[in-house]
Amino acid sequence: MFAFFAVLSEDFRSPGGVANWLDPASTLGIMAVAVALLMIGGHFDLSAGVMTGTTALTVGVATGQWGWNIWAAIAAALALALAIGFANGWLVTRTGLPSFIITLGTFLMLQGLNLGLTKAFTGTVVAGGIASAPGYAAAEAVFASRFTIAGAQFRVAVLWWLLITVLASYVLLRTRFGNWVFATGGDPVASRNVGVPARRTTITLFMTTAAAAWLVGTILAVRLTSVQANTGTGNELIYIVAAVIGGCLLTGGFGSAVGASLGALIFGMTQLGIPYLDWDADWFYFFLGAMLLLAVLANRLVRRYAEAARR
Amino acid sequence: MSGGAPAGTPLLELRGIGKDYGSVIALDGISTSVRAGEVTCVLGDNGAGKSTLIKVLAGVHRPTRGELLLDGRPVSFSAPREALDAGIATVYQDLAMIPLMSIWRNFFLGSEPTTGWGPFRRFDSVTAKEVTRRELAAMGIDIRDPDQPVGTLSGGERQSVAIARAVHLGARVLILDEPTSALGVRQAGVVLRYIAQARDRGLGVVFITHNPHHAHPVGDRFLLLNRGRSMGDFAKGEVGRDELTTMMAGGQELTELAEELERPPGS
Repeated sequence: MFAFFAVLSEDFRSPGGVANWLDPASTLGIMAVAVALLMIGGHFDLSAGVMTGTTALTVGVATGQWGWNIWAAIAAALALALAIGFANGWLVTRTGLPSFIITLGTFLMLQGLNLGLTKAFTGTVVAGGIASAPGYAAAEAVFASRFTIAGAQFRVAVLWWLLITVLASYVLLRTRFGNWVFATGGDPVASRNVGVPARRTTITLFMTTAAAAWLVGTILAVRLTSVQANTGTGNELIYIVAAVIGGCLLTGGFGSAVGASLGALIFGMTQLGIPYLDWDADWFYFFLGAMLLLAVLANRLVRRYAEAARR
Repeated sequence: MSGGAPAGTPLLELRGIGKDYGSVIALDGISTSVRAGEVTCVLGDNGAGKSTLIKVLAGVHRPTRGELLLDGRPVSFSAPREALDAGIATVYQDLAMIPLMSIWRNFFLGSEPTTGWGPFRRFDSVTAKEVTRRELAAMGIDIRDPDQPVGTLSGGERQSVAIARAVHLGARVLILDEPTSALGVRQAGVVLRYIAQARDRGLGVVFITHNPHHAHPVGDRFLLLNRGRSMGDFAKGEVGRDELTTMMAGGQELTELAEELERPPGS
C-alpha cells in the first residue's frame, strides 16, 4: 500500500507527507488496537466512536463552561469513560445478549446525550474555550504537541499510538490476561470451565476500549480546543474495519494488536494517498471496502487451516 | 454395595445427590464413591443425567439434595474454579480446548505460570512450552510442535492433551465427559490408555460414557444411571460386560428392537 502511493506521489513519500498520513492513522490506531483486543475477546463496541466525542465534550464543557482546571476535566472524563465501559461490559456479561445490540444501545444513548447536554450547557453544539483553561500548556505538551524528525512536524499522538500498540501486544502475548482474552473470545464456556475469569476479562476489555476512547477524546479536545457535539460519531465501524484488515476474526479468539495498527496505517495511507494522487476522494471508500473484503477472505483461510483436523 | 474396594476414605463420595431444574427432577438419589488409583465409570444413555452429574461434580451447579464429600468432609462448590482448586478437574467432550490457541497456551489456560514482579509479572512462555513438551512426553503423547493450534489435533489427541493437563495441574479427581464417544476404535483405545495412566499415577477417575465396552476394561466401579436415577452402583467383580450392556437404558429395548428388525419382511 505504501509502495503503491509512494511510487505514484512524491509528496506522499516525503517526510511531511508521512507526518500527514500518520496523523489520522494515529488516533484511529489507538482505537483500532483497543477495539482489536475487544474483538479478540469476542465482543464489539459500537459506542467506541461516540465515546471519543463524549470524553472530548466532557473536557470541553468542564473547562470552557465551568472553568475547571484542564487536568481535573481530563480526570473526570476518564472516570466517566471507565464507568460507561464498565456498564457496557456488565450488561453484556449479565444478560448474555450480543454486545452488538447492547453497545448499539449505548451508542445511540450517548449520541443523544452528547448533543442534548452540549446544547443544555453551552447553548450551542460546540464546547469551546478549552485553550483558556488553567493547566492547558502542560496538557497541550502531553496530548497535542508536535516533534520534528527530518524537517517534518509529527504530532505527539503518533507516539501515543506506538506506545499503546506495544503495550497491547505485550499484554496480549506475554501476560496471563492476554491468554484469557484469546480464550474468552475463542470459547467462553470452555475457558470458564478451566477456570478463566471470563466475565472479569470481558468487563476489563470494555473498560480498556473506553479508556482508549478517553485518550483519543482528550487528544482531540486539547488539539482542537473546541469540540463539536457530533465528534466521533460514525467512527466505530472504521475501528472495526481497521481491526479486521489487521487480521482480527469477527467471531473472536484470533487477531493481533500490531495487525490492527497496520490496518489503521493502511487506512491513513489510503485516506490521504488518494488526494495526493489528485483522485476523486469518492474512491476512498471503494478502496477501503475492497481491502476489507480481501482481509476477510484471508482470515477465512487462517481459520480453515486452524480447524483443518477438527472433527 | 462396598464390593472389593480398598479400605480408607474415598477421595470423593456422593450421598443421595439430587438436582432439580425448576420442577423437573434431573437427578435423584445418586450415591457412589471415587477412590485414589481407581476408575469409577458412570454409564447411561442420552438423558440419563450424566451431564447434570458432571456439572454438580465440577462446580457448575449446586446439588439440590444430598451431600458431596471430599476426603470425607462435606464440600459445596459455587464455581468451577472452586472445584478446580479443590483438585477436581473436568475434561469436557467438546469444550476441553480452544481450537485457535496453541497447545502450550491451552495447556496452562487458567493456571498460567508467571515470572517477574508486580506490574511486570508476565506469562512465563518459556517454562510453559518446556513443561508442556515434557508432560506430554511423560504421558506418551507425541506432539510435533507445542506451538501448533489445538484445532490441528485430532479428537483423540485433544482429549489426551486435556488429560495430561489435568494431571499436571495437580488434579486428584479427574472427571472425563464422554472422552471416547466421538472417536474411532483406535483413537478411543489411545484415550483409554491415558485414562489407565492417570489412574496409575494415583488419581481418582470418573469416566462418563454410554459405551460399556469402553467402560468395562478400565473401570473399577460402575454407576448406572437411567432417567436421573441410579440403577445400581457395582464394584468390578459384581458385574460383567454383558450385564452392563443389558442393564444400560435401552438394553432391554434393544433386544426387543433387534427381534423386531430381524423379522423377515412380508411375513
